[in-house]
Amino acid sequence: MAAEHTHEHAAEHATMTKGKIWQVFFYLLGITALEFFIALYLIPKGMVSHGIGNFAYIVLTLVKAFYIVAYFMHLKFEKFALKTGIVVSLIFIVYFIILMLTEGSYMYLHMN
Amino acid sequence: MSTTVSPLDRVKTGAWNGGKSPFEVEYGKLMMWFFLLSDAFTFSAFLIYYGAQRFSKVSWPDPDVVFQSIPGVADHGYPLVFVGIMTFILIMSSVTMVLAVEAGHRNAKKEVVTWMIWTIIGGLMFLGCQALEWTHLHHEGYWWGSFPASYTGVDTIGALQFANLFFTITGFHGFHVFTGVLINIIILCMVLFNVFEKRGSYLMVEKVGLYWHFVDLVWVFVFTFFYLV
Repeated sequence: MAAEHTHEHAAEHATMTKGKIWQVFFYLLGITALEFFIALYLIPKGMVSHGIGNFAYIVLTLVKAFYIVAYFMHLKFEKFALKTGIVVSLIFIVYFIILMLTEGSYMYLHMN
Repeated sequence: MSTTVSPLDRVKTGAWNGGKSPFEVEYGKLMMWFFLLSDAFTFSAFLIYYGAQRFSKVSWPDPDVVFQSIPGVADHGYPLVFVGIMTFILIMSSVTMVLAVEAGHRNAKKEVVTWMIWTIIGGLMFLGCQALEWTHLHHEGYWWGSFPASYTGVDTIGALQFANLFFTITGFHGFHVFTGVLINIIILCMVLFNVFEKRGSYLMVEKVGLYWHFVDLVWVFVFTFFYLV
C-alpha cells in the first residue's frame, strides 16, 4: 500500500516538469501573438472580416483557457470524478450565455 | 471454523463505497476548486451581462480607438500594445507561480521563495499598469457614469454602458489580483518562517497557485471581450 502510494506520487510529479511548464508558456505566448496578428494586421488590411476575427478570438481564448486549467491548474492530472465535476458544472455558463445573448438581440430589435 | 467472509461482510474499498476518497485531493484544495467554480460563475455573470448589453445597443465604442495609448510614452496610435504588455506580465507571473509549486513538490525551500517573490513582483507590476490605464482613461473622461464628450447622439448610450462595465469588471478582476498578491505575500512569509518545512508539505503553495492561475484565466477572457472583440 505504501509503495503503491509513493509510486503514484512520483507519477504525479512527473506530469509537470520545468520543461513542460515552459512549453505551455510558449503555447500561451504564441496564441496571444496570433491574436495580436489578427487584430493589428489581418483585420485592418481587410484580409479577414470582423465576424471571422471574433470567432477566431473566442476559439483561441478557449484554447488558452484549456492550457491554463489543464496544465497550470493541474486539472488534467486529477481524478476523473473531480475533472468531470468541475467541467460539467460549466454548462450553466453556456446556458446563461445563450439565454442572455438572445435577450440582448431581442432588445436590439425592439427597444432601439 | 471457516475463514471465508460472506459477500455482505466484505469491506468495500471502491471510490464510491466509502473505501477511499473519489477525488483524492486534500480537503482544502478541493474547497479551493469549489470556490473557484463559484467565482467563475460570478465573473461569467459580469461578462455575459456585458455581452447582452453590447448585443442590445446600436453602437459600441471601438476598442482599437479607446485603448490606443501607452501611458507615459505615447498618447495615441498604439492600439493594444499596453494591454499586450499587461497580458504578458500576468502570464509570466502565472509561470513563476507554477514553478514555485513545482519547487514545492521537491521541498526546495530556496527555489519556492525565489519564484514566489517573482510572482508577487509580477502581480504588483500588473496592478501598476492597471492603475496607469485607469488614470489615463479617467483623464479622457471615462468613469462610472461618464464618458468623453466626443460621443454624441445615439453613441452615448453604448458609451455609458461600456464605461460602467469596463471599470466594474476590470476593477473586480484587479481586486482579485490585489487579494492574490496579499495571499502570496502571506504564504511567502510562511515559507520563510519554515511553516511548511515543519509540516513536511508545500501543498499550501499549490492552493494559492490555483487561485493565482484562476486570476490569470479570468484576464484571458476579459482581454478577449474588452480589448479584442
